[in-house]
Amino acid sequence: MPVQCSSCSEKRAVLKRPKTGHSLCKECFFWTFEEEIHQTIVSAKLFKPGESVGIAASGGKDSTVLAHVMKVLNERYNYGLELMLLSVDEGITGYRDDSLETVKRNQQQYELPLKIVSYEELYGWTMDAIVKQVGLKNNCTFCGVFRRQALDRGAIMLKVGKICTGHNADDVAETVLMNVLRGDIARLRRCTAISTDSENEGVVPRCKPLKYAYEKEIVLYAYFKKLDYFSTECIYSPNAYRGYARTYLKDLESVRPSSIMDVIHSGENLSVREGVKMPVQGTCSRCGYISSQKLCKACVLLEGLNRGLPKLGIGKHHRFHDKILSQQPLTEEEERKLKAVDF
Amino acid sequence: MCQVDEDYRGEVERAAVPSVSKKCVKCKEAPAALVIRAGDAYCRLCFKDFFVHKFKAVLGKNRIIFPGEKVLLAVSGGPSSCSMLRQVQEGLSQKANKKLRFVPGIAYIDEGAAIGQSVEERQRTVAELQAVFQATGFPFYILPLEQVLDLPASVVATNPSPSEQPASAYKAAVGHFVETDGSNNFPTPQEPKKMLLPHVQESHTLQQLLGSVKTLTAREELLNTLRQHLLVHTARTEGYSKLMLGDSCTRLAVKLLTSISLGRGAQLAQDTGFSDSRYGDIILVRPMRDYSAKEIAYYNHLFTVPSVVIPSVDTKTVDKASIQRLTESFVTKLQADFPSTVSTIYRTSEKLQSACMKWSGAERCDRCLLCLCSLDTAVEEPSAFQATLLSDQLSGSKCLRGSAAETLRPNPGRPESPAPTGQCCSSAGGRDCGRPGSDGGCCSSAKLPETTRLKSLLCYSCALTIRDMSTVNHLPQYILSEAQRRQRRSQMREEISEFLLDDGDEGN
Repeated sequence: MPVQCSSCSEKRAVLKRPKTGHSLCKECFFWTFEEEIHQTIVSAKLFKPGESVGIAASGGKDSTVLAHVMKVLNERYNYGLELMLLSVDEGITGYRDDSLETVKRNQQQYELPLKIVSYEELYGWTMDAIVKQVGLKNNCTFCGVFRRQALDRGAIMLKVGKICTGHNADDVAETVLMNVLRGDIARLRRCTAISTDSENEGVVPRCKPLKYAYEKEIVLYAYFKKLDYFSTECIYSPNAYRGYARTYLKDLESVRPSSIMDVIHSGENLSVREGVKMPVQGTCSRCGYISSQKLCKACVLLEGLNRGLPKLGIGKHHRFHDKILSQQPLTEEEERKLKAVDF
Repeated sequence: MCQVDEDYRGEVERAAVPSVSKKCVKCKEAPAALVIRAGDAYCRLCFKDFFVHKFKAVLGKNRIIFPGEKVLLAVSGGPSSCSMLRQVQEGLSQKANKKLRFVPGIAYIDEGAAIGQSVEERQRTVAELQAVFQATGFPFYILPLEQVLDLPASVVATNPSPSEQPASAYKAAVGHFVETDGSNNFPTPQEPKKMLLPHVQESHTLQQLLGSVKTLTAREELLNTLRQHLLVHTARTEGYSKLMLGDSCTRLAVKLLTSISLGRGAQLAQDTGFSDSRYGDIILVRPMRDYSAKEIAYYNHLFTVPSVVIPSVDTKTVDKASIQRLTESFVTKLQADFPSTVSTIYRTSEKLQSACMKWSGAERCDRCLLCLCSLDTAVEEPSAFQATLLSDQLSGSKCLRGSAAETLRPNPGRPESPAPTGQCCSSAGGRDCGRPGSDGGCCSSAKLPETTRLKSLLCYSCALTIRDMSTVNHLPQYILSEAQRRQRRSQMREEISEFLLDDGDEGN
């Protein structure tokens, strides 16, 4: 017996929604999906009319769907936004250069301007070279820190007022779980915010319009809309700690599908006791980027790479900031500790 | 290495494998008997000192238990609570230096009906535990879980919390106690009470209630709630003002992650903190929260602490049977690879506080009907809660399609008036709502309006538990009658809201 769509009750249902279990036809699903994102944008007041917005595009499913939906909603509801695509080339052969082709295709399909920034031109290091020095264990730290700055620099070059990223509900839930497992109270408080603070002049605020969209629904949307994207895992990611949180979250979802939203709800309602030490925002003395220490993490990591001390930046490193700033060499003991690399 | 900002200095070397000739790291004389954490080898006596000292330190540091106070120990028969019992016993004995100064009682809940044990099995277990309790000499209460069906509604009525007692009150109380020489408060050994066997009908009703819950996760949550209610009620009627629970550090780390996965982020501090004052007059205390399960197991083994193995609802189930089971296996496996996992999670829990404390005056917050924590379902935009309501509305109900996009959300996510058809689609689990030929709502309108009304009285995660129940009519009478009372009261309030001058709450 064919199942009717639970929303319009007219057409035959072709899919079951992972978020709620409702059976929907194609059009109702598209509409529901887009409408939820629209309501997220409206209720969180993410954009102002006339603003120029950079869409962080990696060529993967989240950013492809994000670009598509932003274009659709911009026209349907007259947000009045000027959309642009911004992409980061980390220099991972076999992975990034393929996904960049997808981004270039997106640019032509949606007729949006595109800017690509690369680690090579910004820092002088590609991820391949970094992994050769650092090994396979802590390389995600380097990539993540560098990418954040790269996005900001790209946004300033493009002169956009805001960046939006394709982080979905699964990502936010994983981050909450990961921060609990690592005991990072400061990040735990901030990670469920839908957009970052926009007071600081040098930093472009960023937001997550897909915050409440399940990853599986994003794939369903892309599948039925026949959107093309690049879908391989980064070749360097298998050893990341985030993998544990991700496996746990996937298992949770199979036990109870609403778990992802439940975790986000928990994260939003956490409150930290008074008197717990929190980092204070300042600026990096070398590059001027925001930082809670004397040197920003990217500068410390770069310093480590350039001096051949890959472990500088992983673990407690604020002791070395003064030495780095004043260009002093480190003692032999310190050098030995920081050079050790485990594959 | 999983903890942020962890210092690698000195930890990169391999820990030396302890051998028979290794000495205790504390007294450096006696040979080591066991290893806790990497590299810390202790001899028997030093370990005992360490263990006993921690118990006294945690009670002394928090200064919550006043001398001469009556404290009820909730013992489940498992290793943690039996270890706690032994610590209390030893701490109270005359020869201990700095002996503890409160009056204990023991409560054990017999949950045999929930796991489907026969009457003989239940009696056997109870007899074993009775022997253990009698050896301690404290008064004890064996409570079959069926008693939860007869609880009065006052258990879930919100009590005003007692005023915060200043630190000076503690010192004054200690001084007073020392003067009057409180040794005459030692509990007299009691006549063993004849255990009242629950009526077969009551066991059947309880099983019906648990049978109406469709998922194991919700069943475990419901059992937790009922258990706590029963303990609190017993404490009240027998005159105890504190309740001691035997949760270990490992158990609490698992509970923290489980609570986050169930949507209990706002109530984390109360669920896993040292003291929990949600019931007002009875305060729940967790003195074993600094001990890992491993330390407790070592102590019990070395000093022969008796404990009884009792199955629970999730014994011998697969990993993915329930969220609680899944989290337990996840944390245990992660702990094997990263030994600091449990302690890191535990430290995170210490830094949290209950969300209601942000506002001054705890009475102002409405309380959840089941778990009695403050409600976290205030629909502020934007939030995950609002997003879930929206999803139910959009994909569950009919006639919101098409060009009239502006009118699609008449009530932006207010919980009191969700579209009824939307709600009943979600409460039916969203399966197969489109029956051929149905054009008005998807389901018949007689489908459980009770569930909808009950949900407005519950916090986010208790609402999820109720959603997994096929019917709420099997809930114990005290819960249903309190729900109706609160609904009547809020209806009254709505009628006269324009005439009320003060927005203050005279008590719900």
